[in-house]
Amino acid sequence: MMAPSAIARKARKEADGNATAWLLAPGVLWTVFFCLLPLSVIFLVSCATRGTYGGIVWDFSLDNYRDLLHALYGRIFGQSLLLASLTTIICLAMGFPLAYYIARLSPRRQAVWLVLVMVPFWTNFLVRTYAWIFILRTEGLMNTVLLKLGLISAPIEILYSNTAVVLGLVYGYLPFMILPLYAAIERVDRSLIEAAWDLYADRWSVFRRVLVPLTKPGIVAGCVLVFIPSLGAFITPDLLGGARSMMVGNLIQHEYLIARDWPLGSALSMVLMALVMGAMIWYFRAQSAADGKRRAS
Amino acid sequence: MADLSIDIRTLIKRHGATLAVDHVTLGVRRGEFFSILGPSGAGKSSLLRMLAGFETPDSGEIFIDGQLMAGVPPNRRPVNLVFQSYALFPHLSVAGNVAFGLEMKRIPRGEIEARVAATLELVQMGDKRDRRPGQLSGGEQQRVALARALVNRPAVVLLDEPLAALDQQLRQQMQVELKSIQAQVGITFVCVTHHQEEALALSDRLAVMHQGQVVQVGRPQDLYESPATHFVAQFIGTSNELRGTLRDPHVGQAILTCDHPGLSGKVRVAMPSDLQSGAAVALILRPERVRLASNGEGTAFDNAVPGTVEALRYLGSGWRCVVRITEQIAWTIHLPNHANGLVPWKVGDPVSVQWNVSDGTVLPLP
Repeated sequence: MMAPSAIARKARKEADGNATAWLLAPGVLWTVFFCLLPLSVIFLVSCATRGTYGGIVWDFSLDNYRDLLHALYGRIFGQSLLLASLTTIICLAMGFPLAYYIARLSPRRQAVWLVLVMVPFWTNFLVRTYAWIFILRTEGLMNTVLLKLGLISAPIEILYSNTAVVLGLVYGYLPFMILPLYAAIERVDRSLIEAAWDLYADRWSVFRRVLVPLTKPGIVAGCVLVFIPSLGAFITPDLLGGARSMMVGNLIQHEYLIARDWPLGSALSMVLMALVMGAMIWYFRAQSAADGKRRAS
Repeated sequence: MADLSIDIRTLIKRHGATLAVDHVTLGVRRGEFFSILGPSGAGKSSLLRMLAGFETPDSGEIFIDGQLMAGVPPNRRPVNLVFQSYALFPHLSVAGNVAFGLEMKRIPRGEIEARVAATLELVQMGDKRDRRPGQLSGGEQQRVALARALVNRPAVVLLDEPLAALDQQLRQQMQVELKSIQAQVGITFVCVTHHQEEALALSDRLAVMHQGQVVQVGRPQDLYESPATHFVAQFIGTSNELRGTLRDPHVGQAILTCDHPGLSGKVRVAMPSDLQSGAAVALILRPERVRLASNGEGTAFDNAVPGTVEALRYLGSGWRCVVRITEQIAWTIHLPNHANGLVPWKVGDPVSVQWNVSDGTVLPLP
């Protein structure tokens, strides 16, 4: 026999357990069916081979992965990493001052600026990227204006180059940098900045010794949010990049849709994902090791 | 003047339409504990922020250690501020916080270590040097904030409401410590506070600010015993007040005719040399300057006013007694503990409130 209060407690616990299960179910099911399952399918496909007319032949082998060791793929992966890193660095360098400026405004003005930062999201990304073609091309807006102003004597050939790709990526992902940075900077107590200033720190030292350590979670979040989609981007390099600006995203798209080599495309996807995950794990390992060391010293 | 740590000359600062700091001229001597006391909005924080360099004066000059501070940013000023919220860097250890200023000044590593250790000993935080600010109590954070300023050996340490964030008991203890640390290091302290007891207890001298102006500067006893204005008298300590008009000046004395209904009889007061007959004034009497006698007894004092005991509170050192004089006026009177905590009156007793002319201060009403 259980005491009435114990029964009530047990019943409540069961009810709590049921509620937890019901609240978790949609998220868990979604993840399983739409993330893990397709991912498993892609992995299986990556171990198959391409049929003569583009189908999938289910014979298990790791040949696709071996094929990826070819220098051509290495170059495209390297190029992707380079362009994504460049995009992240530029976004960080441009985003930080802007986020700092917004975070120091009055709440009303902050709201206005944040809406302005998010306005581009209201239009389709593809359309916005096409707009960049009109701006950048030889007879485009940029060259016309610069020529009319006499600032240049010949049009700048910028479209269909890595420069245009980075430009487009920075344009597309800058808000993903600004928003987490803003959230982090906004939380920093203003008197901490003043305290550092009072303790003989110049602007650079205030930034490096106080602002950066205190906003690190925002910096990391912003970099992850920019770097990962940049690495896998395919619309921007497809539209703004030239033949030599191919990124992993385009390659995967090419293998799936043009070459109809699903197994190779799947293998590429798996490698890309492994790269991103490896980089993240390495970063967080290094981070916690550094934290541990600092705490011990 | 070489003996001044801080020399402020006709400083003016506007915040919008209001004069936050209104023609302030002030000198702080080397090595003294100086407080700027005033109610919130008196302009004292603005003054402090101008000393630290966070705000720029609209006009006037600030000299620190004889150097004109115009255009000198906070990081180049020989002053360090102890923030009201302490503003300790949450990502640095106690020692890291204290070392920050020295690192910015590029002091050699070995000297930093030695000075940080010595300063942490001074504030009794030597055993907590590796803690994070988040792991410290309010009092401990206060000590670290103080150490972070002292370690740089600035010409002046500025303190913004240093004890405001502490609870009452800790406050008392930190008051004593703050004063003794200041005496040990011999650095000039300038402390901004709205807490008059704190200012009186800590300071060698203090300035009282009201509506952007410095109303009076002096030692705590000067301000308490001879307040320059009615505002100072009311703001510092407890004051009993009688308002009226000066009449019949005669050899340094005058008669105060009171406006209060229910108070008959003449009150003799000292005649201030700068006032005329007919001036509206307030007579200020401190609680310990007034005596009580049973009603009807003869008196040796210049003035006697009848009243009724309304409340009695035993303090140990004496009794705090509230005497109702008229419907509007109740005075607080401090009775010393002469014999075994006995007091000859109880609540409701009629008494005579008595004092001499020299016990009161007569101040013009604004």
